[in-house]
Amino acid sequence: MTRRFTRTAGKINRLFPACLGMTALFPAVAAAADAPAVDSGTTAWMLMSTALVLLMVPGLAMFYGGLVRTRNVLGTMMHSFAAMGIVGVLWVVCGYCMSFGSNMLGGWCGWNPDYLLLRGIDETILDAGVPEYVFAMFQGKFAIITPALIAGAFAERVRFGGYCVYTILWSLLVYNPLCHWVWAADGFLFNMGAAGAIDFAGGTVVHISAGISGLVAALYLGARRGYPATAMHPNSMVMTLMGAGLLWVGWFGFNAGSSVSSGLDTARALTVTQVAAAAGATTWIVIEMLHLGKATTLGLVSGILAGLVVITPAAGVVVPAGALALGIIAALVCYASLLLKERLGYDDSLDAFGIHGVAGIVGALALTFFIRDSWMASAVAAAGGNWGVGQQFWVQLKAVLLTVGYTTVVSLALVVLVEKLFGFRLSEAEEMSGMDYSLHGERGYGLINPD
Amino acid sequence: MQLVTAIIQPDKLDAVRESLLAAGITRITVSRVTGHGRHQQNIERLYRGQKVVPNLIPKIRLDIACNDEFVEVAVDAILYAAKHGDGEIGDGKIFITELKECIRIRTEERGGAAI
Repeated sequence: MTRRFTRTAGKINRLFPACLGMTALFPAVAAAADAPAVDSGTTAWMLMSTALVLLMVPGLAMFYGGLVRTRNVLGTMMHSFAAMGIVGVLWVVCGYCMSFGSNMLGGWCGWNPDYLLLRGIDETILDAGVPEYVFAMFQGKFAIITPALIAGAFAERVRFGGYCVYTILWSLLVYNPLCHWVWAADGFLFNMGAAGAIDFAGGTVVHISAGISGLVAALYLGARRGYPATAMHPNSMVMTLMGAGLLWVGWFGFNAGSSVSSGLDTARALTVTQVAAAAGATTWIVIEMLHLGKATTLGLVSGILAGLVVITPAAGVVVPAGALALGIIAALVCYASLLLKERLGYDDSLDAFGIHGVAGIVGALALTFFIRDSWMASAVAAAGGNWGVGQQFWVQLKAVLLTVGYTTVVSLALVVLVEKLFGFRLSEAEEMSGMDYSLHGERGYGLINPD
Repeated sequence: MQLVTAIIQPDKLDAVRESLLAAGITRITVSRVTGHGRHQQNIERLYRGQKVVPNLIPKIRLDIACNDEFVEVAVDAILYAAKHGDGEIGDGKIFITELKECIRIRTEERGGAAI
């Protein structure tokens, strides 16, 4: 993705892998000698993308909120909305600084005092022709949605205070470093191999990290009381469907905005996003028809999500046929992983790992086989004549393993710490009366009762 | 035949249902109801900084039709599972009424065999 263009005009450290050799995409670079001018077209699209990604967070709240039991609908939606507040603050205070500053602590994270409270970017225009404020806000939305995704794994059984502390620590110690490794100009994964580990819009940073952290937390905190013997019914599939719709729409900002341009790369990312989501949805309902005899609404939206997640790392490098293949593969693998979850019996309540973790890993690895020729040609040129699918796959595998390893260790430490120091798991009494009342003093559906 | 009607707190529904199943009572009807009684604790809700006490409190109603020998079994199962701690105001009530007739629609059987 998300190229952090250097701020001195004409000295682009390294173009976004997908744009190798496409300097023409950034007219500001050529036009201005010193300070790049604002490209109003690109800026307009990036503003809109920023809004679209933010729209995914209430979308996710609705998606998750519909899937839990009536008594937990507010508590679950609160996880997404709280992330908008908490991470929205953290990102401005130091998140952008840790993610997109220069290497610090051996490259573990970034640091640039100018970015604290975004002080130093008041007049900065990036080489892409976009005010840096827009880029910083766009990136901030990714930081917001990632901890909100994790919450699906431990839905219906955590304390709100514990969740807030966990979100703060996770954002600082897991998200910001990962974001720096993968997307900062001097991040080591960004510079791995001939043309970097490919992660266009957040396969590793967002989906694998959220999925793995969710799995770790779900395993450590244990299952909801009564799971799996007691059926836990969604309170409103209608709301879940609307949430999935918002997610699909918002994802165009997530992926196509990640080109940080408004041109060919944007169009490519938007197209493959659409194709993969549709392929995932269609595949999932076909599987269900064959396996269960009926296509379900939850199946359809799960397929949409699997397709959207799998194309996220790949949106800059694959062609539509590849997107079609990735969407199909993601639906098949995720469906299998959910069957496996039932066998293993762990309680990843809303399948944060089963969809986001699994499809994220599938996407980051399988995209290697569908890379467009022009990208590979650029990589070959960058490597000095010898770069192939095998080598790129190895780079992708290393990026995935590093993400999984780092996230597992740090997020386990965080979940243990929060449980011991602050209390993370709800007490049984609170869990039984429901998060809405016991944590928030409210009820989601007052109208059901005549008061 | 008797009709056992229990009004319990919503957070005890799972425990009561499991307790009834363990006692062999598998045929129950559950509804959401609201009402008021002496229950005053832990009911206030929050609304923009205000504490608001609802006029009517949500409860769960269970209706269990039993042959006479199962009435005490059902009552014991509910008493065992529906209390908060050693019992608190608001834990609910059990009503037992005579049941004049019971008819299974599918077979048109009547009386105890239909329960």
